[in-house]
Amino acid sequence: MSGSARRVWGLMYRHLALYRRSWPRLLELAYWPVLGMCIWGFTASFLAGRLGAGAAVAVSALLGGVLLWEVCLRSQMGMAISFLEELWSRNLGHVFVSPLRPWELVAALIGMSIIRMLGGVAPAVLLAWLLYAFNLFAMGPVLVLFFMNLMIMGWWVALGVVSLILRHGAGAEPLAWSVLFGLTPFSAVFYPIAVLPASVRPIALALPSAHVFEGMRGVLLDGVIPWSHLLWAFGLNAVWLGLATMLFAWQFHQARVRGALLSIGE
Amino acid sequence: MNRMDHVIEVEGLTKRYDAVLAVDGIDFAAPAGATVGLLGGNGAGKTTTIAMLLGLLLPTSGSIRVLGHDMLRDRFAALARMNFSSPYVSLPHRLTVRENLRVYGHLYNVRHTDQRIAELSAELDLGALLDRPAGQLSAGQKTRVALAKSLINRPELLLLDEPTASLDPDTGDLVRTWLERYRAETGCTILLASHNMAEVERLCSHVLMLKQGRVVDRGSPQDLLDRYGRDDLEEVFLDIARDRRSANAEQSKVPA
Repeated sequence: MSGSARRVWGLMYRHLALYRRSWPRLLELAYWPVLGMCIWGFTASFLAGRLGAGAAVAVSALLGGVLLWEVCLRSQMGMAISFLEELWSRNLGHVFVSPLRPWELVAALIGMSIIRMLGGVAPAVLLAWLLYAFNLFAMGPVLVLFFMNLMIMGWWVALGVVSLILRHGAGAEPLAWSVLFGLTPFSAVFYPIAVLPASVRPIALALPSAHVFEGMRGVLLDGVIPWSHLLWAFGLNAVWLGLATMLFAWQFHQARVRGALLSIGE
Repeated sequence: MNRMDHVIEVEGLTKRYDAVLAVDGIDFAAPAGATVGLLGGNGAGKTTTIAMLLGLLLPTSGSIRVLGHDMLRDRFAALARMNFSSPYVSLPHRLTVRENLRVYGHLYNVRHTDQRIAELSAELDLGALLDRPAGQLSAGQKTRVALAKSLINRPELLLLDEPTASLDPDTGDLVRTWLERYRAETGCTILLASHNMAEVERLCSHVLMLKQGRVVDRGSPQDLLDRYGRDDLEEVFLDIARDRRSANAEQSKVPA
């Protein structure tokens, strides 16, 4: 293993070692996604029973939306909370005086984000299949592209949150849980962008998630892969990720100017 | 001593936070294999200086070379060969001691990490602690573990910020004895910030006296004792802190 890969693994090992010993931590990973799937699943079943066979497609779109939005949410939280755990344990002083480069820190946080996301979303996907006969994988290989875009969006949002924590310290912690919920109405998770008021649509169109969910509905409702939405999603993710990376680099530099890397958890 | 023999070279190092001048243009060099003490009251600039040497804090001006590397341009090459310990920076509490040491073994790219942990465990008597969570240890045990973490990569330069603060005399003595032995065996250079004057007299070959961000005196412990006409460094410290320099000291100048 190269030095760089080993340092990334070292930071991931620090988090994985905790999961190995703590079943409440493992349970917490899947708790909210499974709970969400139960609530939305039973709601969808109720509606399907009332509205008849024609509602089946709408139910699929609803459950698909729930599961794919969890991919974005869990990716974002997985990354931001892994950083917060370093801060809570007052360990950042040791981490930042080791040869770990800032990009290796980000790579380790992304690694943990993928693991946490899979640990949370996989049980919900299984539950949707067992309880509601909804097979997310019926969308086909394009699902991988939806996943990728939503994970990348989770990462750049988390990078923005980490930057704000570097700037504002513990005061910015609640953003790790809340920031993406604020983007839910604009992400068109459960309804098309066209439903939104005209004044709000530009915000939705600037978010990769809105394009992913338009794409998902295209696949589920019309059986067509809307490549243009996927291209927009990738393009927007590239722009937002670039901006978030610059913000992180700037705030990391500023934290070194202010001496915040030692005192950030206080 | 030529330039190549200096593990730390600091010139004109300054750190300003708005109106506060925390470190005011200090110069010093640490020879290879020396133990250099940073002494000064609270707020004298010791921790700020160490943070700049570690790359945690960017100086306002000045230069820092550590192990031949410019810390402002190429800090990672030096960081791999040095390490740091402070009672004020924790290790993750829920991880066991062994897991913590493994994490840092990976971060410092230590070959045969488990073998290195076994060595440190034997030397620092950590055997009974290895599988206990770090958060459940006493202050003395935590200090030994922090020391093990700081030695995991066999550092050529060790920066210690009050390594024996809050330790009982027995544990403090054990740590000091161990540091003396490690330095003698490996030739490691140590920079030590401490408020414990007896510790500084015992361990340090060079001392820098800091006050209000400036180096106000320097020399070997014996030089300082002679210059101030005192029997122990605590008296010298008080003379400097309270601006009551002795006649001997008045006649001498701060050596460069």
